[in-house]
Amino acid sequence: MKKGALGALCLLVAAGTASAGTVAPGDVKMDEYGFVPVPLTDQPGDPVNGRKIAGTKSLGNCVSCHVIGEMASDVPFHGEVGPELDGLPGRYPEAMVRGILVNSKNIFEGTVMPAYYKVDGFNRIADGFTTKPLEGEIEPLLSAQQIEDVVAYLMTLKD
Amino acid sequence: MNKASIRTMTAMAAALGIAAGAAIAGPDDELVINGEIRIVTRTEAPAHLEGVLDEIRSGWTFRTEETQALEMDDFENPGMVFVEEAMSVWDTAEGTAGKACADCHGTAEESMLGVKAVYPKWNETAGEVRTIEQMINECRTDRMGAQEWKYHGLDMTQMVALIASVSRGMPVNVAIDGPAAETWEKGKEIYYTRFGQLDLSCANCHEENYDNYIRADHLSQGQVNGFPTYRLKNAKLNALHDRFKGCIRDTRGVPFGIGSPEFVALELYVASRGNGLSVEGPSVRN
Ligand code: HEC
Ligand code: HEC
Repeated sequence: MKKGALGALCLLVAAGTASAGTVAPGDVKMDEYGFVPVPLTDQPGDPVNGRKIAGTKSLGNCVSCHVIGEMASDVPFHGEVGPELDGLPGRYPEAMVRGILVNSKNIFEGTVMPAYYKVDGFNRIADGFTTKPLEGEIEPLLSAQQIEDVVAYLMTLKD
Repeated sequence: MNKASIRTMTAMAAALGIAAGAAIAGPDDELVINGEIRIVTRTEAPAHLEGVLDEIRSGWTFRTEETQALEMDDFENPGMVFVEEAMSVWDTAEGTAGKACADCHGTAEESMLGVKAVYPKWNETAGEVRTIEQMINECRTDRMGAQEWKYHGLDMTQMVALIASVSRGMPVNVAIDGPAAETWEKGKEIYYTRFGQLDLSCANCHEENYDNYIRADHLSQGQVNGFPTYRLKNAKLNALHDRFKGCIRDTRGVPFGIGSPEFVALELYVASRGNGLSVEGPSVRN
């Protein structure tokens, strides 16, 4: 009885966060290498929005660790913790780039790069930068559509 | 020329720079305060870091020349104002016993010489590792009959700055064996644990990535020999546990409490990573 009620609730929550055609963090299909071949949404990624996400501190903040040469003129202070992302599509297939964004640790063992589409396995997780314990559900760092947008942007970074 | 080759060349120049630096000490290597206190800012890593780090470096070596210069003269170091303040507190009687620090300890210059270099330290009576802050509060409550100070409040932090200042130039040498070993192990475990939604450990930033920029921040080794630090960014004297808290907050994590057993253990461990550097507090950072 109780279990059934709980199940129904979960369905409701799932329906609330993941709209039709969106893969929830727990349902992402990856291959044995951690690549994610199938897009997380049925709407194609928007590279312009992806660029904004990658360069904005409160969003993806990718430049805090990566140099993106193309952004040098309008986004200051690129970090050097990770590799430069210029020429990326020449090196990696899209499925790999998506896999890196979803959870880079599946591809680069022990990496410092955060997982952007993962909602479990964290230690002492806070509500953002408040230092207060997070109450309620963990939201991934980026939404499914934001991941697709960033992937689309990265795939434009041809040398 | 593409970006990758620019990077390779920079790396080569850096490698050459190290070779040249060995012959001619750059401005980065020399910190002498008031023309007399020599501070060791780079030295061989302690034995327990074998295979992890070859050289340990004070946070001072990662700061800009302008910031570095502020620490070379006590009149320029904004942290020294707080030391002066603490000197008068040192002589001021407080609490039901009507005593000042000076009544039991004499001058801070003599009685506190060498103290900062060996703390946190095993305390036999308490049966645990204690920080200077905890010792200060014990004096206040048990010997002076005065109110405890807030662990990272200004009264406390400036008193710690005074105690640090009289040991400047002495090598950090905290004990990690004997009864302190268990606490040290606990601190080490915390150092390598990833926290928060960004899933980062102290080591991820300060061991694997020191000298790299993370956005606009030039990552140091996260050494604690310069604490308390006067930070230009917030224009105040900063307590060590506040810094630990800030670093865990930046991982989107929940920090341990200020003065908690976890942060005391972490302090002991991180201090031991700096064994051999000089006591430098109050230092100037950005
Ligand atoms: C805290 C640091 C950090 C952040 C933030 C970060 N990365 Fe990374 N990233 C890394 C590191 C380090 C690597 C190298 C992998 C390894 O550990 O070997 C990497 C690797 C990559 C790679 C593979 C590049 C290559 O040439 O091998 C891509 C693509 C990438 N990151 C994209 C991103 C994007 C897009 C974002 C933001 C949405 C981002 N990263 C945010 C640290 C970071
Ligand atoms: C996301 C990256 C990051 C992580 C993780 C991190 N720190 Fe830091 N830390 C910084 C930055 C940036 C600074 C300021 C620049 C510097 O000194 O490195 C800093 C500064 C410090 C300082 C001051 C050093 C000085 O000379 O003033 C200490 C001490 C420190 N960190 C310790 C720690 C400890 C201990 C942990 C783990 C609990 C930790 N940090 C985790 C980024 C980080």
